[in-house]
Amino acid sequence: MKPRHKRFAFIGLGLLVLGVATVLILNAFQSNLVFFFTPTQVVSGEAPHGRSFRIGGMVEDGSLVRESDGLTVHFIVTDTAKRLPVTYKGILPDLFKEGKGAVAQGQLGVDGTFLASEVLAKHDENYMPPEVADALAKAKASGAQQSKSLVVPDGRKGSL
Amino acid sequence: MNWSKYSAPQAFYPLAGRLIPWFSVMAVALMGVGLYMGFFVAPTDFQQGESYRIIFVHVPAAWMSMFLYVVMAIWAGVGMGLNARLSFMMAQAIAPTGAMFTFLALLTGAMWGKPTWGAWWVWDARLTSELILLFQYAGVMLLRTSIDDMRRADRSSAVFSLVGVVNVPIIYYSVQWWNTLHQGASVSMSTGSKMAATMLMAMLIMTVAFWLYSIAVILARVRCIVVERDSLLVWDEKPAVSQEVVEVR
Repeated sequence: MKPRHKRFAFIGLGLLVLGVATVLILNAFQSNLVFFFTPTQVVSGEAPHGRSFRIGGMVEDGSLVRESDGLTVHFIVTDTAKRLPVTYKGILPDLFKEGKGAVAQGQLGVDGTFLASEVLAKHDENYMPPEVADALAKAKASGAQQSKSLVVPDGRKGSL
Repeated sequence: MNWSKYSAPQAFYPLAGRLIPWFSVMAVALMGVGLYMGFFVAPTDFQQGESYRIIFVHVPAAWMSMFLYVVMAIWAGVGMGLNARLSFMMAQAIAPTGAMFTFLALLTGAMWGKPTWGAWWVWDARLTSELILLFQYAGVMLLRTSIDDMRRADRSSAVFSLVGVVNVPIIYYSVQWWNTLHQGASVSMSTGSKMAATMLMAMLIMTVAFWLYSIAVILARVRCIVVERDSLLVWDEKPAVSQEVVEVR
C-alpha cells in the first residue's frame, strides 16, 4: 500500500467508527429527541408528570368546540388509537383544522385533560392546487375521513 | 486530455476564470425562470394558500446547505489523502457559500413557520440539526482563520469538516426518525413527489440555479484564495494592477 492509500483507509475507518458511535448515541438519546408525545404514550404514562411537554396528533373531526368568550377552545387530539381532550385559550394558527395535524404544549390536568399553553399546526408534505384537492376529497367522500398525514411517521410506530 | 494537470493551482486558475461567466449566466437565467414559474405559473396550494411559495427558495437552499457540506468534506478528505493544495483551497472556498445557504434556509423557514405553524422557531430535530450545521460551517471557517500555519489550518479544518459530516444524514432523516413539527420530505428518491407537477418543476429549476450559482461563486472565491496564498502572482491575465504599481514606483 502506498502512503496515500493508507491515509485514505485511515480516513475511511475514522468515518466508519464515527458513524457507528453516532448511531449508538442517537439510540441512547432516542426518547429525549422526540418533539412531542402521542396520545397513546400519554395514556400509557410515558409522558412526564408535573412538567410541561408537547403532545401531537390529529385534531379529531367534529371535536372542536369554542366557548362563548370566543377564545377558549376544546378539541380532541387523536392518533387513531387513543384520544386526548385538550383545552386552550388563545389564538389558533390559520392552518389549524379538524382532521389535520397539530402539536400542543402544556401540562396534563388532574382530570386527564391537556391544558395547552401553545398550539401549533402541523401541515403535511402534500402540495397541490385546490381543484386537485377537491377532486381527491370527492373521490374519498364515500367513507374514511382519515387525513393523509397521520402525525406519527409509519416507520416510527413500532419502535416507540 | 490530461485532467490531472488542473490539480495544480496555477493551471486551475485560468480554467476557473474561463468557466465562471458560463455558470453565472446560466445561474441568473435559470433563477429568473424558476422564480417566474414559482410566483406566477405554479398554482396556489390547497391548505397553505400563497405562503407555501417560499418553498421555491427554502427547499433548494436547504438541499444546497447539506450538499455543499458533503462536497466540502469530500474535498477536505481528498486533500488529506493526496496532500493536494487545491483540494484544501476548494474546501475553504465552499464553506462561506454553504453557510450562506444554511442561513437562508433557516431564515426562510422561520418566515414560513410563523404563518403556517404559528411559531418562528421550535426546537424540533430538523430545525435544531440544521442550526447545528450553521455552527459547523462557522466552526470550520473560524478554525481555519485561528491557525496561522496554513498547512496545519488546512488539516485541522479538514478533520473538523469530516467529523461534522455525520450531521448531514441526521438532518435529512430527522423527520423520519423522530416526531418533528417539520413535515416529511415532499420529494424523495423512494416515494417520488407529493407535489403538483408545476410546483415541482419550479423547485427543481431553482435547485439547479442555486447549484450553478454555487459553482460560479466558489470558483471565483477559489481564484482569490489561489492568488492570496501564492502571494499575488496573477498568472494568465496581463497583470494590469501590478504593472501600474511598478510604474508608479
